[in-house]
Amino acid sequence: MTRLLHALRRRLVVIAGLLTLAYLVLPNAVVMVFSFNRPNGRFNYTWQRFSLDAWKDPCGVADLCGSLSLSLRIAALATLGATVLGTMIAFALVRYRFRARGAVNSLIFLPMAMPEVVMAASLLTLFLNMGAELGFRTVLIAHIMFCLSFVVTAVKARVMSMDPRLEEAARDLYAGPAQTFLRVTLPIAAPGIAAGALLAFALSFDDFIITNFNAGSTVTFPMFVWGSAQRGTPVQINVIGTAMFAVAVAVVVVGQLVADRRKSRAEK
Amino acid sequence: MTQQQTTGGDVRLTGISKTYGSFTAVHPLDLTVPRGSFFALLGASGCGKTTTLRMIAGLEEATTGTVSLGGRDITALPPHRRPVNTVFQSYALFPHLDVTENVAFGLRRRGVTPVKKRVAEMLDLVQLGDFARRRPHQLSGGQQQRVAVARALINHPQVLLLDEPLGALDLSLRRRMQLELKRIQTEVGITFVHVTHDQEEAMTMADTVAVMNGGRVEQLGAPADLYENPRTTFVANFLGTSNLIEAEIVSAGTDVVVSAGGGTLRLPAGRCPAPTPPGGRLLVGIRPEKISLDPAADADPDDGRNRVTGRITEAGFLGASTQYLVESPAGKALQVYEQNTGHRRSLAPGSEVVLRWDPAHTFALDAAQDMEAGVQSVQDTP
Repeated sequence: MTRLLHALRRRLVVIAGLLTLAYLVLPNAVVMVFSFNRPNGRFNYTWQRFSLDAWKDPCGVADLCGSLSLSLRIAALATLGATVLGTMIAFALVRYRFRARGAVNSLIFLPMAMPEVVMAASLLTLFLNMGAELGFRTVLIAHIMFCLSFVVTAVKARVMSMDPRLEEAARDLYAGPAQTFLRVTLPIAAPGIAAGALLAFALSFDDFIITNFNAGSTVTFPMFVWGSAQRGTPVQINVIGTAMFAVAVAVVVVGQLVADRRKSRAEK
Repeated sequence: MTQQQTTGGDVRLTGISKTYGSFTAVHPLDLTVPRGSFFALLGASGCGKTTTLRMIAGLEEATTGTVSLGGRDITALPPHRRPVNTVFQSYALFPHLDVTENVAFGLRRRGVTPVKKRVAEMLDLVQLGDFARRRPHQLSGGQQQRVAVARALINHPQVLLLDEPLGALDLSLRRRMQLELKRIQTEVGITFVHVTHDQEEAMTMADTVAVMNGGRVEQLGAPADLYENPRTTFVANFLGTSNLIEAEIVSAGTDVVVSAGGGTLRLPAGRCPAPTPPGGRLLVGIRPEKISLDPAADADPDDGRNRVTGRITEAGFLGASTQYLVESPAGKALQVYEQNTGHRRSLAPGSEVVLRWDPAHTFALDAAQDMEAGVQSVQDTP
């Protein structure tokens, strides 16, 4: 008994780690398992029996794939817009001293701090007062807006830790301003920019509240899931969810492998 | 390329200065660095030496004055158009590029070929051929330093600027790299302008040293000349150690006779700042290693040498030599370095001694200066 306790104590960190991991992964596992379910009736909440039907026909539910492709397009464009603008803002905030720099620096965090539902309602008021037609464009504008602060935060941290002498060294080695930016500044800031972009994509893709307020009759994937949950959940939702999860894991694993290979090659 | 290699020119700074708001980092300054020489800008931190270097590189815009290279005015050129390369303090190697690409950077920007062959040759010169595919963070400090030198030298600049390039290395490695840099400079024949706060480093490596203080060049010359003939208290104290003694002129001829601390000292008139009227004041200087030390009882009577009596307050054994601190009427803490040749036992603190030195080794400085200028205190050493 004491022996067992002793062994337990020694592995406490490992056990705690595994439990936390299970806590994180369990919901994903459930989604994955239920993508192979064949439910009785409209709700996919109890396990019945194994089936590949939904995987064979992921677009079998009306409007599902339409909303998915819309969400992907919005996420891609919002990521692009927020990353370009956010990177420029981050560089401006770190590199230049200008009037109201302090104010901009704090205001940029406002969308992160403000309750999303408040922002969603005020955006709607703004769009209605401007007479804007709600739809793809208003959703895109809203997404770029709330993704911006995350991109700025991620890129700013990277740019702040950059040694300004690296750019001086590039200029000293015959690189003009454009070459210096492309060959030195951008590659070194790239991890921060990539982190910001990934964050922006994830945030935009699964945003519901702001989108729901400002989408008009347009239906994004999260809105579709929400809507269908009222009257039954098709298994295809689990299929899409599982596929997204798999893609995300694959991206991380490939990234890790590439980094490892580069490292081992350099050490040879 | 070959043309650049053979037509390097003098670096000439004319009336160049730099001010930041109300702070003057470099006062208007004229300086000529002869082609092919190893030139050192020496001074404590904040003396304007790095700013001067950066103005040559084009990384800092001069407030006034011009920079010319081989007779061509380059003041208005941006850094990437100047045939000048820099080895930065802490190297500034590109972390996202491997050693080869770091070294190839300048060649690629100018479209010089063949890149691979030149890089390989350059890496061989700095003995880093085996590390071509490493990233900078996988290299030791000394290796990084050599990459930085290779990255600059591969472009065959007319002038190579070195900003405290050895500051981050430990002592023994620094000594090795000093010799290595000197060898490379002799081999490639490029003008080197080297910024350092380490007086030994400047004296070992450079043909000409400019001692800077407070944004001005205090004195410029060959290392031996600066050491033997300092013209200011700052140079006398910053370059090695000097004993400075306040004195009053008694008479002036070919030799100047001064009184100090109740005795008289002599020195050649040529080593005094002109003019030397009797009654005028001087600071008389003598280097610690020029002084010989004898127990008061053994000392011969007057033998024509300058003579000061005192009492040893401290003795520090350093192996090859012993450093003594002597209290005397001429000075509270005169320093004496004596080689441990073994001709007599070293002297203990408290001993009464006679200090003697050749009048020809005595120099004199204008008395209207701070005697302590340039003395390195513990806090100054980085």
